[in-house]
Parts: sequence; C-alpha cells; structure tokens
Amino acid sequence: MKKVDESGSNSLISTSAVAFGRVAISILIPLIAFVVLWGGFIFLRDSNASQGVIAVVAIIWGVGGIALLFWVADYIVNKAPLNVAQKLQPFVFVGPALVILTWYLFLPTMRSLYLSFFDASSKNFVGLANYIYAFTDSKMLEAFGNNLLWIVLGTGGSVGFGLIIALLADRSNFEKVFKSIIFTPMAISFVGAGVIWRFIYAYKPMGEDQVGLLNAIVTFFGAEPKAWFTLQPWNNIFLVIILIWLQTGYAMVIISAALKGVPSAIIEAGRIDGASEFRVIRSIIIPYIFSTIVTVSTTIIILSLKIFDIVFTMTNGNYGTEVIASMQYKQMFRFYNYGRGSAIAIVLVIAVIPVMWYNLHQFRKREVF
Amino acid sequence: MIQAKRFNWKILVNIVLIAIVIIWAIPIIGLFISSFRTQSEVLNSGWWTIFKGKGKLTLDNYKRVLGGSAYTFIDSAGKTVRASGDNLSRAFINSFTVTIPSVVIPLLIASAAAFGFAWMEFPGRKFFFTAVVALLVVPLQIALIPILRDYQKLGLTGSYLGVWLAHTGFGLPLGVYLLYNYISTIPKDIFESAFLDGARPMVVFALLVLPLSVPAIASLAIFQFLWVWNDLLVALIFLGGTSEVAVLTQRLANMVGSRGQDWHLLTSGAFIVMVVPLVVFFSLQRYFVQGLMAGSVKG
Repeated sequence: MKKVDESGSNSLISTSAVAFGRVAISILIPLIAFVVLWGGFIFLRDSNASQGVIAVVAIIWGVGGIALLFWVADYIVNKAPLNVAQKLQPFVFVGPALVILTWYLFLPTMRSLYLSFFDASSKNFVGLANYIYAFTDSKMLEAFGNNLLWIVLGTGGSVGFGLIIALLADRSNFEKVFKSIIFTPMAISFVGAGVIWRFIYAYKPMGEDQVGLLNAIVTFFGAEPKAWFTLQPWNNIFLVIILIWLQTGYAMVIISAALKGVPSAIIEAGRIDGASEFRVIRSIIIPYIFSTIVTVSTTIIILSLKIFDIVFTMTNGNYGTEVIASMQYKQMFRFYNYGRGSAIAIVLVIAVIPVMWYNLHQFRKREVF
Repeated sequence: MIQAKRFNWKILVNIVLIAIVIIWAIPIIGLFISSFRTQSEVLNSGWWTIFKGKGKLTLDNYKRVLGGSAYTFIDSAGKTVRASGDNLSRAFINSFTVTIPSVVIPLLIASAAAFGFAWMEFPGRKFFFTAVVALLVVPLQIALIPILRDYQKLGLTGSYLGVWLAHTGFGLPLGVYLLYNYISTIPKDIFESAFLDGARPMVVFALLVLPLSVPAIASLAIFQFLWVWNDLLVALIFLGGTSEVAVLTQRLANMVGSRGQDWHLLTSGAFIVMVVPLVVFFSLQRYFVQGLMAGSVKG
C-alpha cells in the first residue's frame, strides 16, 4: 500500500521536464556503461602496455564490468512500469547465468546431439550407427566397465575416507593440522599429480635402484619390481587411488563442516542414553548429515564419470585403462571422427541423468524446491 | 575407570589419524625432496635415500625454473652447460590474470542466479533450474570446438576475456547448484521483512544475501580457484600456447612434453604451481569451519 502511495505522489510532482531528463538518463546510463566496457575490451585486446598494467586493468575491467552490468540491468528494469518490472526482475538475476550457459554448454550439447547422427566428417546421415558403436565396440565396453570402477571405488573411497577422517579429526587433538594435510592434494593440478605419482609408481628393471617408492618396497621384501601401469586389471585401481588421494580432502572438508552443524544437544542426549560412540555416529550423526553426503557424492560421481586427466597423463588409455572421456577425446581430437566423438559425449550426458534425478528428488524431500 | 577409557580412545584416534596423514603426505614429501636433488640423483636413486645420508640438496632446480635469462650449470658428466631458464615468473602473473576474474565473475553470476531460483517466482523456474543442474554433466570437451569457432568470429581468441567467460560457463552449473543449496536454506523471514520494508530485490541481494552467503561463496571460491589455477585444457585452447600469455600449468605441461627426462626440473616446477592454491586455501579455510556444508543441512 505504502509503495503505491509513494509512486502516485511522485508522478504528481514530476513535471514533463523531469520526465524527459529521466528518459535521457535511463538511455545514457546503459550507453555509458556499454562504452566503458567496450573501450576496456578494445584496450585489452590491442594494447601493448606492460604486462603488469594489462593484468591489473584486465582484472578491474572484468570484475567491475560484471557488477556494472548487473547494476545497469536492475536500473533499466526498475524504470519500467511496476507490473512489467516485477515480471522482468527475476531474469535480471537468472538471465546472465542462463545466457552464458546456453552459449557455452547447452548449444554445444545440442550441436553434438545433432552431429552424433552423422558420419566422421559430419556430412552423411548415419542414423544410430555411432550409438551402436558406442555400446558394442570392445574398447567402449572396456571404458564403461572402467568408469563404473572409477565411480564405485573413486567415490566410495573419497567419501568413505573423507567421512572417517572428518569424524576422527573431530575427536582428535590436532584437527586443523590433520585436515590441512589431507586437503593439500586438492590444491595440486592433474599435471602436478602426474609428476608426483610417478615417484610412487615408477618402474625400473630388477637389479637397478628403484626410483618409485612402491617398487622399492616390493624389492625390499625380495619380490620382483612390477610395471604397475601395465598390470591389468589392477592398473585401473592404481589410477583410482590417485583420484581418491586428490578428492578425499574435498569430501572431508565439506563433511567436516556439516559435522559442526550437528547440534551437540542431540549427540549428548544419545550418549546419556547409553549409546556407544559407533551407535551415535550411525544413528544420529550420519542421518543428520546425509544430505551433505549426497551432495559430496554427487559431485565426485560426476567427476569420476568425466575423469580424463589422470588417465590421459598416466597411461593415455593404454593397457586396458580407457575411460569414456578419453575415448571421446581420442575420437574427437585424434581421429577427427566428430560423429563418434559426439555420440560418446551424449552417452556421457545421459549416464549422469539418474544421479541428477536423485538429487532433485532429495531437494523436493527437503521442501526447498 | 571411564576417564581412563576415554583417554585411551583419544590416543587411538590420534594414532590412526597420524598414520593416515603420513600415507597422504608421502607423495608430496617425495616431490618436495626430489625438487632439491640433482638431475642424476633424481633419475638414478629414490628420493628416500636422502634419509640414509646419500646425495646432497641444491636450489639449482628452482633457480633454473624461475629464472628468465640463460643459465649455466654443471651437468652429470661434469661439463658446463648453458640452458635458457623457464621464466615461470611471467607465467605466474598470467595465471593470476586468468584466475582472479575467472573466480569472481562466475561467483557473482552464480549467486545472483541461485538467489533468483531460490527466492523469486517466475514462469519456468523449475524447468530452468533443472536444466542448469543437468548441465553439470556436460563434459567441457563438447564445447571446445564450437566455442573456439565463435571466438574466432568475435576476435576473442587469445584474449583474457575469452578465457574468463569460458571458465564462467564451465563453472556456473556447479556454482549455481552449490549456492542454491545454501541460499535456499536462508530463513524466509529475513527476506519477507526486507521485502515488506520495500527493499528492491537487487538491494536485498547485495546487502542481505551476499553477506549471509559468505561461507558458501568462500568455499566455492576456493574450488573454482583450484579448478582454474590447475586447468590446462581451457587455457591451452582459448588462450593459445605463446609464452607471452601461457599460464603456469601450460609451462609445466610443456616441461613434461619437451623434456620428459628432466624430472628434476618438473619437480620444482610442480611445487611452485602448488604453492599459490595452498596459500589461498589456508587463508580462506576458516570460512569452511564457520559452516559451509553447502547449505545441505536443514536446521
């Protein structure tokens, strides 16, 4: 009510001159914003200034530009009549995300879907041939099996270790130190992890000094050194261990934060009722943080489905370690078979749908959606 | 009795954790020690032999990797060799220029979108949100070629803007998903009173939602930072490989490629690349404890 009154009195006061000024401003502000952004863009694209200057300008322009765009969009929408403004308002917020996602992910996906029905050079329609390849080729079947292993072992390992470590750290004397060390691998790039793990898995023939820690241990006990990455099918597990090593920190940090949110009153009540520590964890804490575990598992399952870098840098998909994403990459960028590459990508997208469906289901249960 | 029992329990917890932590740390310790060893030692003996008193430690690897100009050293055969340094310092600045906006831009856009999805009514809300989350599954390799073609038309190839937008696009689904989880659990009353007072949604967003979401935003910032900082593929394709714009991971990958036998340089290079994300993580770490949980615990 108050709002309507205000706008009513405002319109009485405003003369035609003011109205004209308002219109001019509401055109001028977006215009200035546009000129500033465009000028910055041209400067960044063509300038020969020193690198430090460009870096600073680039950062200010990029970050400030986005904030400016939001502000201008909001400004324009609020110039519109109230009922129109209310309809447009939500799109000021979700619009930019939708536009960018459409451009960067949705359209390319649709394009891949289209190309997946065509041959290698995208010229002749081949129907479902690429999908038949994707589900029958022996290499592809190998990749599916391996991806399943990645999902089960990788996610189970990361979330399991993450949960155990978070629970233990919560009850230890040096929580911060322990958690920091476990998290450290998260900060390492896959390229870096590749370098690091070579010092663990490296192989040298019997008799020579071993450089890899694992073979050093094996030879210390008198066994023959092994080339771990050619040892089928165990080599997949050696690769998954790298993922677990990298991702446990992520699971641990988020689960640990959720643990702090469990009201201590409930836990104390359980303890007073005589429940053992394991019982408290199983019947009180785990159910309480279950949705967090689902969120963490979802992100790691998706990561395992799309796993690429580790396989690519360590074995390049050889020795039976192929995964879906490495098959897709090879078809796309090595054999230039856009049809097959696109079909595999679409299969990957479809594979994740059940996971996302389960997530939305969880949202609905929590009545937040 | 009970006191004593609890005490033992705690010691056991600490011992188990120490064991796990040692296992976790071994690969990094190996890298760290190796980065101070000479070429022939890295190639011919395990890094743990240093504990037996074999070999010596040197800073040469770091000097060579960080130094910009030509650099002389004595190789394993005793000859003096001139080699050009890798000048990672420049790649450092490039990495920052790529990373900072690539973190802030998607965070701004994602938190705005998450707010819109969580607290505003508009037609197609559920459909659009489901679509955004569904895009989580799209492997970014799908987008590389189409986007590269668009960039060539727009003159965006090799520009920082192009890389920022690409990282924004690829990072948005996870950002919206995690922030929605958090923002949707902010108590309704807070918004209702603000809206009743006549505050515009943008004001509510900037002054209420953003500050309230700091823990979630900070934790997402860390992950996006790690992802962008450690990314190789996107930078390689959209920024190009010239040494003027190359980021740290590109330089590191080049070192792997151009001299696979120079493990001793790779070790120090890998370690340098690790340092910044670690600093970022440990400086933002306290926000995790303040209650990240990505909003997934409904209080």
